[in-house]
Amino acid sequence: MCTFMIQLCSCVPAVLLASSSIISLGWADVLIIVIYFAMVLGIGYYLSRFTKTGDDFFLAGRKMTMWIAGLAFISANLGSLELMGWAASAYQYGILAAHWYWIGAIPAMLFLGIVMMPFYYISRTHSVPGYLKLRFGESSRMLAAISFAFMTILMSGVNMFSMALVMKVIIGWDINFSIWVSSITVLVYVALGGLLSAMFNEVVQFVLIWAGALLIPIIGLMEVGGWKGVIARIHENFPNGDYTHLWSTLGHFRDNPMGINWVGIVFGLGFIISFGYWTTDFLVVQRVLSAKDLRSAKMSPIIGAAFKMLVPFIVILPGLIGLAVMPGLVGQDQAAASGAASYNEILPLMMARYLGPGLLGLGITALIAGFMSGMAGNITAFSTVWTYDIYKPIHLALTGKEVDDKHYVSMGRWATIVGIFVSIGTAYLVEHAASIMDYVQALFSFFIAPLYGTVILGMLWKRATPAGGFWGLLAGTLSSIGMWAWVRLDPRALSIIAGSPDAKAMAEDMYRALWSWLICVAVTVLVSLATRPKPEAELVGLVRGCTEIPSEGHLPLVKRPIFWAGVVFAAFLVLQIIFW
Amino acid sequence: MHEDHGISIWFFIGSLLTVYGFIIVIASLPAVFSAAAQPHVVLAQLHAGLWWGAILLLLGVFYVITYWPAKKDQQHSES
Repeated sequence: MCTFMIQLCSCVPAVLLASSSIISLGWADVLIIVIYFAMVLGIGYYLSRFTKTGDDFFLAGRKMTMWIAGLAFISANLGSLELMGWAASAYQYGILAAHWYWIGAIPAMLFLGIVMMPFYYISRTHSVPGYLKLRFGESSRMLAAISFAFMTILMSGVNMFSMALVMKVIIGWDINFSIWVSSITVLVYVALGGLLSAMFNEVVQFVLIWAGALLIPIIGLMEVGGWKGVIARIHENFPNGDYTHLWSTLGHFRDNPMGINWVGIVFGLGFIISFGYWTTDFLVVQRVLSAKDLRSAKMSPIIGAAFKMLVPFIVILPGLIGLAVMPGLVGQDQAAASGAASYNEILPLMMARYLGPGLLGLGITALIAGFMSGMAGNITAFSTVWTYDIYKPIHLALTGKEVDDKHYVSMGRWATIVGIFVSIGTAYLVEHAASIMDYVQALFSFFIAPLYGTVILGMLWKRATPAGGFWGLLAGTLSSIGMWAWVRLDPRALSIIAGSPDAKAMAEDMYRALWSWLICVAVTVLVSLATRPKPEAELVGLVRGCTEIPSEGHLPLVKRPIFWAGVVFAAFLVLQIIFW
Repeated sequence: MHEDHGISIWFFIGSLLTVYGFIIVIASLPAVFSAAAQPHVVLAQLHAGLWWGAILLLLGVFYVITYWPAKKDQQHSES
């Protein structure tokens, strides 16, 4: 997704000058979009009556069923840029793009549900930085909270601008119109109903994404004669490239279009980036914390993983079908220079190819729904971290007194409003200086891998000390920034970081994450061994070995999370073998 | 909306799918009588809008009936 947005915005002026759109909408399409906006606002208004306490506003009352928490968990991640970006990546890199949905998500989501969720849930924390406060102290919490809040709100603006740009390219909407209408809608329903409203709308959006996007691969497969037809047509169109094997081309960097090897995919993506994002990014973890009990909290990521495994059908497969039926699409820079169509627009191009009146409106609604679910995810996570992890401790330190719950709900609503307007400001900033997007994306990536190192050591190793946690997190983050700057100053550094002169940009992200995680873990361990650990009594509910996890032995097999995690993992392995 | 009170989320989803299915079926009908209604759509002869709209409509009606708010209240009062 990062690559897609950077490519998209590197030629903003050229795109803005484009006068024609890919799709023109009829009455039925417009009606479907208008009804969607009315529905999400209606849900927000209806739910405002249930949002009274801090737990209601920030954690949906901790009453969500496993299905709602699980679907919201995956929907908050399933943004429209995710849909567009990975369909484009599938066109560019072939089936390798599916790694971001399978090894880059499934093991981490199952690990969150089975291993990490008990500690998040039993500690009754409001957020991931809140867990760090309980485990490592205030300094680690502040470092994580400030970086997360700052980056989340900037990312929200970057996504907002990217979406507005996509809407301009696809259906010719004015950029200002897209930015303001979509963000005000999200503002209204999140400010009214908090996380409860965001999550219910995310479930609606999840259904719409599937309803709007599922028909494209179905008709596409009919056109080319099934999966075998897709493979045959791709080989015919690109006889020198291998776009249809998931693992067999990952022996060496130069054997695949992505310029990466299996070490980068397995350890960089599968073990570090994926685990970092799915287990410590509060945007997604917040949805699971809202579950009504521990079993639901453990099942939610497992349900999310099952659906995540199916997403390549509506994202990666359209990109591959595009390779089969629309060869010749080019990169964004080349498209801007030559006027040819870009593979970044493969999903809307496929919509225009297969969808008639009404279905087009549903497809566009799916993209809008994806954008709004992603934005609501950013905003709700920001308002929670701001209120509980930044404002509350500062307020307490300055005034020395606790205030009532209503005060924090009010602050959460204000944080939502301010967050939306800062996002809008960021969107306009990106419009006038597209390179900002590159920096914001990179900044966000600096924190993910080290944070995972800190949290996982905190949960699994009782000897980890507050000083170890703080200095490990800081060292990992600074080393990630250092490696990024090194490659910008001297591109040859990439071959040192990735260990091969054939490594490409995608490999840099994977190996930078891997190294920064290793540095974080090494510093945490060394500093911890040199400092005094917390007494075990203070680690109850926070660390494995000091916490009694409720037994599930009395439950029938089909109700145990570990059973379903095993089923999902087995299905994941089968997919790897089928597409090897 | 929570487990214990309010209108179920699945009722809202059912309503939306019902309305969308109906609109898509209506919008797809002209193409049944004239191929010129969808000149740029590949495999237009499959009339995907018609059957996809019908599937959404049926699915939506099923969810609306199953999660009708009054029905849920009645179940709660009986239990």
